[in-house]
Amino acid sequence: MEIVIASSVGVLTAAGIYLILRLRAFATILGLALLSYAVNVFLFASGRLAINLPPILSPYGEASYTDPLPQALVLTAIVISFGMTAVLVMVALGAYLETDDDRLDIDGTDQGRNDKNGDKAP
Amino acid sequence: MNHWIIAPVVLPALLAPIIGFVMRHDIVLARTASLAGSAALLAIAIGLFVVAGGETQVYYLGNWPAPFGIVLVLDRLSALMVLIAALLALVVLVHAVATGWDNRGRHFHALFQFQMMGIVGAFLTGDIFNLFVFFEILLIASYGLMIHSGGRARMRAGLQYVVMNLAGSTLFLFALGVLYSTTGTLNIADLAVRLQEIPPEEAALVRVAAMLLMIVFALKAALFPVQFWLPRTYANAPAPVAALFAIMTKVGVYAILRVHTLIFGPGVEATEGLAGDWLFPAAILTIAVGGFGVLGTRRLMPLIAFSVIGSVGTLMTAVSAFSPDATTAALYYLVHSTFAAAALFLIADLVTRARGSDALTARPATVQNGLFAALFFAAAIGAAGMPPLSGFLGKLLILDALRDPSMIGWAWSAVLIGSLMTILGFARAGSTLFWKSTAVDSGDAQDRNTGQNAGQNAGPTPAPARAIEIAPAMAAIGILAIITVLAGPLSDYLEGTAGQLFNREGYVTSVLGTGGEE
Repeated sequence: MEIVIASSVGVLTAAGIYLILRLRAFATILGLALLSYAVNVFLFASGRLAINLPPILSPYGEASYTDPLPQALVLTAIVISFGMTAVLVMVALGAYLETDDDRLDIDGTDQGRNDKNGDKAP
Repeated sequence: MNHWIIAPVVLPALLAPIIGFVMRHDIVLARTASLAGSAALLAIAIGLFVVAGGETQVYYLGNWPAPFGIVLVLDRLSALMVLIAALLALVVLVHAVATGWDNRGRHFHALFQFQMMGIVGAFLTGDIFNLFVFFEILLIASYGLMIHSGGRARMRAGLQYVVMNLAGSTLFLFALGVLYSTTGTLNIADLAVRLQEIPPEEAALVRVAAMLLMIVFALKAALFPVQFWLPRTYANAPAPVAALFAIMTKVGVYAILRVHTLIFGPGVEATEGLAGDWLFPAAILTIAVGGFGVLGTRRLMPLIAFSVIGSVGTLMTAVSAFSPDATTAALYYLVHSTFAAAALFLIADLVTRARGSDALTARPATVQNGLFAALFFAAAIGAAGMPPLSGFLGKLLILDALRDPSMIGWAWSAVLIGSLMTILGFARAGSTLFWKSTAVDSGDAQDRNTGQNAGQNAGPTPAPARAIEIAPAMAAIGILAIITVLAGPLSDYLEGTAGQLFNREGYVTSVLGTGGEE
């Protein structure tokens, strides 16, 4: 169980970072989504892993329970990252329509250099 | 329990959707509501500032006892930060309304109020997961404000800004996960208690969490090596928004002060000295980046943005000492640099509009050249740290506090050389914009002798700025003058603030000790 969770967090994070470093809008959106999946799984595991246990204290004796707080945190984090991804998609779309280009890195127009892709004639 | 503590969060939170849904087609109504809301926020902030002079006050949401429920904490530091934010918001909002910036896109006022909700909430919260939530609120509003009124360069810079901050938010969550798995709590006061008795085998995890949190807050504060988003963002944001963002870097500074003093501060074995060791060289390099940027840039808005980076570096140099003296100096400089940066951005907006471009080249002099020049130099003197304005006193306090032999060499040289570079950059920019411009021929030979009119014939010149448009910039400079005159009482207050910040037991007792009474 631990090895599955740990390796999935690791793989998701690595894939997310790789995609963000592509510096293209679409790849970066996917990368950030993968990163947010990774962090959600990680947060979920931060309350320690327990199998087949309810997230509530049992009034009947010594029954064990799993920590409910990380589940609430993950829920909040999912909602926030969902909203953020939506905003990011809209901003990326706006930037793409405005500039005809989905590169994220900086074009040096204010440094006097020519924009590599900006010069293309329509 | 003082219910006014939650008022600065609830007021903009209620106002923003009303403006967004009900008043979206009526700009006059939206302006009135937004201005009234900001004025009310300022009044509440002043009230809280007066109340916060004594003991730390805690607001238990739903009256749940402290480590289990969510708390808001009002102490001197949070009251001061809320007051600065509310004051800055009103100044910036008046500028945005007077210059018509708010009407160049949709939903400016709704986003502005959400932004204030996030900023104020981040200052008041006593729960580190809530700090994350308020960060997200202020960020999502700032994304909207950043790309307000659109345009090619702005959309592109906005996209970078969003991506940077989303990556930062992910790191924040990783840090919170690590912190929760080692301590089992997210309440700041409770964390402070538990980390003091953390078993040595967990110490490495705690250090990881501390460093991750520092990277996240350094990203918000624009500290080297994660400062690179700032110049492009601030230079391309609408000017009033850039002026409001002057408080955003301070949110990062505040978070470092709060978290790395209270939670990972002196006395915690696992993280003793960790933050200071990393922050100090980062701050020195930040000053260098800011200084070279100010000298190297060819446009006015990036110039100011780089001076903001330099001021963050100066500020963090003082913070990285993590001593009450240096923190007092840092807080004074924090108040000063917020309003100095805002004043510069507001003036840059007026100048840019009059000239039609923010390029630092000599062009025919515009209308009101003398007035703009005077305002720019007043704000630049403040930002660069020359007498008589408060920047000089702030830097003096910082230098005086950093007398420790291990720091004095680097800190003094960095702050002084950084100031010199800033002075040079501003002097060159100002003389190109306002002085050489009077010697430039507008292309019309008849006008050569009538210097004043030189710009008028160059094409359709914008109307001179009205008094209400200049008033916010003047107000920001006026605030600098006020904190210069009142430097004595203010630094006395800040000394108490720093003392309270370093009194961990006091904070913990206030939050955990008297849970759920009344």
